[in-house]
This record gives sequence, C-alpha cells and structure tokens, in this order.
Amino acid sequence: MLAWTIYLSFAGALLQAVLPKGKNSLSRWLALATAVAGLAIGVQTFIAGAGQGLTTVVDLPWVPTMGIHFLLAADGISRVLVLLTGLAAVCGILFSWNIELRTNEFFAFFLALIGGVYGVFLSFDLFLLFVFYEIAIVPKYFLIAIWGSTRREYAAMKLALYSFVGSAMVLIGLLAAYATAGSHSTGLVALAHANLPVSFQMWCFPLVFVGFAILAGMWPFHTWAPTGHVAAPTAASMLLAGVVMKLGAYGCLRVGIALFPHGLDAWGFSFIGIGSWRDVFAVLAVIGIIYGALVALAQTDFKFVIGYSSVSHMGFVLLGLMTLNQIGMTGAVLQMFSHGIIAGLLFAIVGRIVYERTHTRQLAELEGMHLSKRLPFAAWAFVIAGMASMGLPGFSGFVAELQVLIGSWIANPWWTTAAGIGIVIGVAYTWRALQKAFFSDAPVHAHDHPHEDGHAFAAITWPEITGVTLLAGVSLAVGIYPRILLDTIEPAVKALLAGGAQ
Amino acid sequence: MNYADLFRVTLPETMLEIAALLVLVADLAFLRKAGLKARVFSAILFGILGCGAAFWALQYTAGSSYYFGSALMLWQWGSTLVAQAGILILTALTLFLLAGENFTRHIGEFVAVVLMAAAGGMIVASAQDLLVIVVGLELLSLSLYILTAFAKTSGKSAEAAIKYYLFGGMSAAFLLFGFSYLYGITGSTNLDQIRQAILLQGPNPLLYVAWILVVAGLGFKVAAVPFHLWAPDTYEGAPAPAAAFIASVSKVASFALLITICQGAGRSPYNSADTHLDFNEFARLYVIFHATWYNFVAILLMVAAASMIVGNLAALAQTSVRRLLAYSAIAHAGYMLLALGTFQPHLPPATQWQSISIESALSLMIGAQSPLLYYVLTYGLTTIGAFGVVAVVERATGSDRMDSFLGLHKRNPVLAAVLLVLFLSLAGIPPLVGFWAKFNLFAAVLSVSAGPVPFALVALAVAMSAVSLYYYLQVLKRAYVMPAVDETPIKTHPVTLLVLVAIAAAVVLAGLFPTLLQGWIEAAYR
Repeated sequence: MLAWTIYLSFAGALLQAVLPKGKNSLSRWLALATAVAGLAIGVQTFIAGAGQGLTTVVDLPWVPTMGIHFLLAADGISRVLVLLTGLAAVCGILFSWNIELRTNEFFAFFLALIGGVYGVFLSFDLFLLFVFYEIAIVPKYFLIAIWGSTRREYAAMKLALYSFVGSAMVLIGLLAAYATAGSHSTGLVALAHANLPVSFQMWCFPLVFVGFAILAGMWPFHTWAPTGHVAAPTAASMLLAGVVMKLGAYGCLRVGIALFPHGLDAWGFSFIGIGSWRDVFAVLAVIGIIYGALVALAQTDFKFVIGYSSVSHMGFVLLGLMTLNQIGMTGAVLQMFSHGIIAGLLFAIVGRIVYERTHTRQLAELEGMHLSKRLPFAAWAFVIAGMASMGLPGFSGFVAELQVLIGSWIANPWWTTAAGIGIVIGVAYTWRALQKAFFSDAPVHAHDHPHEDGHAFAAITWPEITGVTLLAGVSLAVGIYPRILLDTIEPAVKALLAGGAQ
Repeated sequence: MNYADLFRVTLPETMLEIAALLVLVADLAFLRKAGLKARVFSAILFGILGCGAAFWALQYTAGSSYYFGSALMLWQWGSTLVAQAGILILTALTLFLLAGENFTRHIGEFVAVVLMAAAGGMIVASAQDLLVIVVGLELLSLSLYILTAFAKTSGKSAEAAIKYYLFGGMSAAFLLFGFSYLYGITGSTNLDQIRQAILLQGPNPLLYVAWILVVAGLGFKVAAVPFHLWAPDTYEGAPAPAAAFIASVSKVASFALLITICQGAGRSPYNSADTHLDFNEFARLYVIFHATWYNFVAILLMVAAASMIVGNLAALAQTSVRRLLAYSAIAHAGYMLLALGTFQPHLPPATQWQSISIESALSLMIGAQSPLLYYVLTYGLTTIGAFGVVAVVERATGSDRMDSFLGLHKRNPVLAAVLLVLFLSLAGIPPLVGFWAKFNLFAAVLSVSAGPVPFALVALAVAMSAVSLYYYLQVLKRAYVMPAVDETPIKTHPVTLLVLVAIAAAVVLAGLFPTLLQGWIEAAYR
C-alpha cells in the first residue's frame, strides 16, 4: 500500500506534464487529489503500522547480478516521515493555489519531487535510496529557477550543485561500501550485517555523513539553505525546509549511522577535546544552532530570518543524532517532523500570505504597514507559528528539542549548554521578527507606500486558512500529546541502535 | 587462407558495402532527375536496409573466426559482437537523422560513405592483428574525414575536416610507428602472439616506447587528453549527422579495439595451448608480465584522469552547444578509459592450472568488459540523440549557441523534453541510463582492482561528474527557465521527431530496467 505514495506521485507528475496548457484549475485540483491520496495512504499506514516493526512493502529483484533490489519497507521512522511528506505536499499545493505561470509544469515538478522524497523515506536498499535521492535534485532546480524570486537562478544552481556534490560523496561511499562488503547485496540490512572493517568505517562514515548532511544544512555547508529557501516559491521553500532537509538528516541516520556505527568510535587520541567523528559533528551541529540563530537575528529580510532559523533548528536534529542514545535520537526524529511542520507554516505565512499582499519582505518596510490590524489572520497565525518555533510547551518543537537536549546532556553536558544558548537566541529572533513585521508602532510612512495604504489587502482565501489550520493543528496536537508519534518512533530508534551500534 | 572463411566472417561488412554501392547506383543512375526528398528517402531506406541485413548476418558470423596461417585475424565473439551490433544500430539511427537535413545535395554519396565508415568500424572492432587493425582504422578514418567536409557551402565544415585530417594523419603515423616497434620486439603482428612473446621475453624498455605511441594513436581516436584538440572543432564544424556519427559509432569501434588490445577480446596470455610451461615458471613470468602491463595501464590511467579533468572543466566555459558536447565527450572518454585501466591478466590458482578451460578463463574476464561496452553503447545512443536535437535547433535558429535554445520548451515542448532526458542522462542523473552506466562502470572498477589508486580515480570521476551537471544545466536552463526571445514554434521532420523520442524512451527504459541491455551484452559472451 505504501508503495502507492511513490507511484501515485510520479503518475501525477506525468499526468500534469501532458496536461494541455490553460487548464490551470483542473491542474490544481488534480495535484491536490494526488497529494491528498498520498497523505491518506500515509495516515492509514501510520495507524495500521502502530506497534509494528520493520515491514516490507515491495521486494523485487532489480539488478540480480549486483544484488540490487527494488526494496521498499517501512519502520517507525519511515512512517512518521511519510506522514510529514504527505502533510507538506498537501499544504504546499494549497499554498500554491495562486500560481498562474505554467501551472501544470509547476505541479509536475512538485509532484516529481514529492515522489522522490517518498521514495527515499521508504527505500531499504542503499542503491534505490540513492536513486530516489538524486531524482529529487532536478525538480528542485526547476521549481526555484522558474517560479522563484530573489536571485533565483543563482540560488537554484547553488542548491543543485550542493545537492549533487553531496550525493557524489554518498555515491563514492556507496561504491566503496559495496566493493568492501563483497556481499553482493546493496540492501541496507545486508550491508549493516556485512561486518565492514572498522578502519574502513572510520573514513567512509564521515564521507557519507557529510554528503547527506550538506542537504540537512549542517554548518559550514548550509549556505545553500538560506539562499535556496528565500529564492524558492512558497510551496518549494515549504518542501525544501519541510522535507528536503529531512532527506539529508534521514540519510545521515539511516545510512551514515546505521551502516557505519564504528565510524563514530573514538579515534584513540583527542585534540582540543574532540576525540571522534561524533564529537566533530556534534560540535558542528551546535555551531549551526548558534550561528543560524545569530544570523537570523541580524536579517532585514523576513524570509531570510526563517531561512536561517531552519539552519538552527536542523542543528538540533544533527545534535540529536550524535547523542547516540535512545532519547536524543528519538528527539531528533521528532524534531525532523516538528520542524517540517513549523518551517512549512512559517514559510507559508511569510512567502504566501504576507508577501503576495505586501510585495515586500523587508522588515523595515513591513514595520510601517501595521499588519496586525490589516492582516490579523497572518499576524495571529505567525504568533502561533512563532511560539511553536521558539519551542514553547504545548507545541511539537518543545517536546522534540527537550528530548534532544536531555539526550545530549547524557552524552556531553557542554553540548546542551551551548545549544541552550541557541534556544534563547531563537526566542529573540522570532520575537524581533514578530514585533517588526506585525506589531510595530512605527508611524505610517505614507510617502513610502502611497499606493498600498489606500486600499485593503486581498481577502484571505480558503486554501490559506485550510493550510494554516492543518499545520498549526498538527503541531499543537503533537505538542499536547506527543505519544501519537513517539510510540511509533521509539521502537524504531531502539531497533536501529541495537542493530547499528553493536 | 581460405576465401570462403573470410567471406563468411566478413558477411556483415560485405552487406554494408553492397548497400553502399546500391545507394550510389540508385542515387546516381535512377534518381538523377528526382527531387531531393525522393533521393533522401531512397538513400536512407537503402542505408537502413543495409544495416538491417548486416545485423541479420551477424547471427551467422557470431562465434566465427578467420585465421591466416596460424594467426587469428578476425574474431567475432564477446566484445566484438556487442560492438558490431552496437555500430549497426547506431549507424541506422544516424541515418534516420538525415531525414530533415539539407546540408548537402549529394545525399547518396553521404550515405554510402557512412556505410563504408560503419564497415571500417566493424573491422576495427573484430580485428585481432595489427595489419587488419590498420586497414580497418584507415577505412573508418578516411570516411570520417570525408563526412566532416561534406557541407560544401560551409567554411566551418572545411576547416573542421582539415584539422581532423591533419591530426588524424599524425596520430595514424604514431600508431603505425608504435606497431612497428611491437613487431620489431616480438616478431609478430598478431595480438595473441605478441602477448605470448611479451610474456616469454619479459620486460623490454622499447615496449614502453611502443605503448606510448599506441596510446597516442588510439587516444586520438577516442578524443582523450592530450590528443583531443581536434574534437571541439570537428564537432562544431561537421554536419550534425557526421558529428553524431563521429561521437558514437567511431567511439564504439575505438573502444572495442582498445578492449581487444588490452585483453584480447576476453583472452589472457595463459590460454595459449603451446607454451608448455609448468605452473611455477608461468607464475614467475606472469609476475613480470603483470608489472610490465601495469606500466601500460598507468599510462592509460593518466590519460583517463587528464581527460576527465580537462573535458569537464573546459566544458564549463563553452557557449556553443556542439563544443560543449565535444568536451563532454572528452570527459566521458576519460571515464571509459578508467575502466580499461582495470583490465589485468588473471592468474588462475595453481590447483586449477591443469584443468582450467578457455571458457572458464573467459568468464573471469567478463566483469570489466561488459560495463565498458554498456557505457560506450549507451553513451553513443544518448549523444546521437543530443546531436539530433542540436541539429533541429540549429536549422531553426541558424546557430548552435546556447542562446538559440532559449524558450525551447515553448517552441517545441517534445524536443525540449527529449533534450532534458538526454542531457540529464549524460550528467548521470537516475533513473536514466547514463547513471546506471556510470554506476556499473565505477562499481566494476572498484571490485576488479582494489587499492588507493583506482579508488582515488573513481572518486575523481564521481566528483567530476558533479561538475558536469553545471554545464548540462546551463543548456536546460535556457530551454526551460529563461524567457524566450522568439516564440515561433520550431518544426521538426516527423521521422526525426519519432527517432528522437524513441531514443529518449530507450534512455529512460534502459535506465529503469538496466538488466535488459546488460543481459544482452553478456549473452554475446556465451
């Protein structure tokens, strides 16, 4: 059943590509139907899969001579992330309801990207996972380059090349692991049991981990993220921050940590307190948390604030992964879900609800517009999203970041201390953006925007209300009752820790 | 010497030559007064029928060989067979692309020369003797010079041809000089006997001279750095079908020849029945041979690395799509030469020394060959399609500059989609065939030869293919992203469009089901 999420998305993409031009309305509804079907399958398998371990969905020999299988399977982590992808896809389409330029092509690329993302989350064959991972690169490029805004061609090319370089590193690791294992299988389970030599894991792990972490926005390879997010059309930035960055983090977890657990072992010597790749990446993650937050604090472009906040929040995911304990890694997976929802909501508010009406994202210009009075829906939606992003109790971000911090305290208290500073700065930049964009007392500069002040902004449309309600509702639901997801994530993380870190 | 045997072995080539003559007769004798359309139709029809007949003849020649005395001259088995079948298919596709062309009025001669070049390529692919190699190469090369110069009204075409001819003549001289050294050292022109003689004589400094000269000669044919200078000019100036032919068929033939030279079409030195060595003696000689061989491989690997780097980096700066394709061809030649570097003589374990059969020895060799053949065939297919698209755009806009691709998705959406598929495949994006070819090739390199050098080279190749995405995207960006200057639709000849769509479909299907083509290649070794 789960496999249909992938097939439906690609079939939808193909259908959109051959759709005659000018049928924009039909194209939108078709895309929405495809995404809703994917979400429905995700929800159904999430409910049905509660309490189940790893279940195989499809297993067909693909290239028998090399042991490559078309192997789709799902465990708790996959099910949660499939659910996230479904939500992001539906909301992304809702928030791109106003796209009039080459509508069918937009949805074709959008659905192809979604199909690739589903594929990565469901692949249990390393080769297949890589194939889907690369399939996702091309639609991203065109989505940003054709429908984007600020410096779109630069940002799209940067994102495509960063992704491709990352995947090239993964490919080298894949080839090396395949040649070294000699097991004639590229199945993730088979490779994990291939007893790869420790010395091999020691150099292959950082290669693969960094390869994936580039897409997860790890400092200092994060620079594609803010430019890409800002340039992308709203739906694409929702997907980029919401699920594409999770592809990277998921790869770090599923391939990096699970296949090369000994890559995280101590080197046997330590240099300024760093004695293993685990320390290296944890420190980079912490730097990412603080750096992202600090840079977000200094931005003048509203969307850049959100873009850098993504770098900061993804730092928590990577930090959680590097704790290597149950609670920290569970927190990391939950943070992937939580950030996917919250970042999607933030980008939707900034890029679609506000920008499409004010036609500016400069905080200084927004200050004079009194948006809290003129766009109360956007203001209050941003209040909710901001609270969720700051990690206030009652929202999903709180549970996730708390778990990551507890896990990292167990691993190394210094990491927690430093990351805690990042949270404080997170409150500051969110507050600053909220205050400047919506609740400013600054006098109206009539001469700045003479044409904007006379008439009211266009009314909020139903797709916007639906999308915001859906995302905010999910974040709230997970925040109030996190067990819905944790019950599924925890056993999977436990199995992964038991199978991976022997 | 038996002419009946010779005829049987060269039946496919004979078919091609007959077809070439028929094309000429039909065009010059019967259709003198007919319009160009009818002549194009008849030439293409006869050409494709010739390819079909040769393809049909292949099944009768499969596995056959031709000896002159005790020396094996031609052998149709394994890599040879695959390459010959590939040459015929790619030639037929090139002929289809002629449908909408108008660069010449002498279409009959063009098709006839294409068929002769294909026959030369097939001889090159099956040759097992230095003299036969030279004959085949000359037939192929001379035909290619003519094809390059065929657009008589274009100065660029003449310039390209003269450059190609001068470089080609030079490299042929190098190759012959190298062959003369090989003959001088070993006293034979037969590849098998040369290999045995080297094994028995041990290392000889003159061998290195011979090898460098041979690599220089063949490096020219596959456009490897530093023998690549002709490629950008020729690809830019030659008529599009000729350029497509040079980029595909000539490459397939040259790589088949390199496989033969490096590995004797799947044979290794210990297969010879008359060496009468005991195992220890053989093992000692084998070690020496291996070391000697490794020097040869080292030259190939250096050329491969240089081609990957120069090809990919130079392509970044191109504004002409044809030149871009030329530099990308150089880069692809680098990846393929990498696979040749993995070829090494295989020493059977002492226990199997007495019992090893030729067949089992052959099966030890297949690993490194079939990924290379897979790569060169799929590359040839993709590049013919790419030149087909470029030719259509060029006819409509009068230039092959990147900017003439602006707004292609509006001017001809099907053509743009074909371009998207082919270029992404060349960049190695899954699930297209280019990705699988690269993966298969690199995996084979790593599994055949372990160690830091092959690994570093594969890492370089993978990194360089990441660079290549940039320049392929530059063209696609113009086709899909940037606003069009001119939005008049581009018309394509229906046959051209059909062939291009078929090529794109094949690229997708072969990528989704990589075992289809792989199984077909490996079947040729049984």
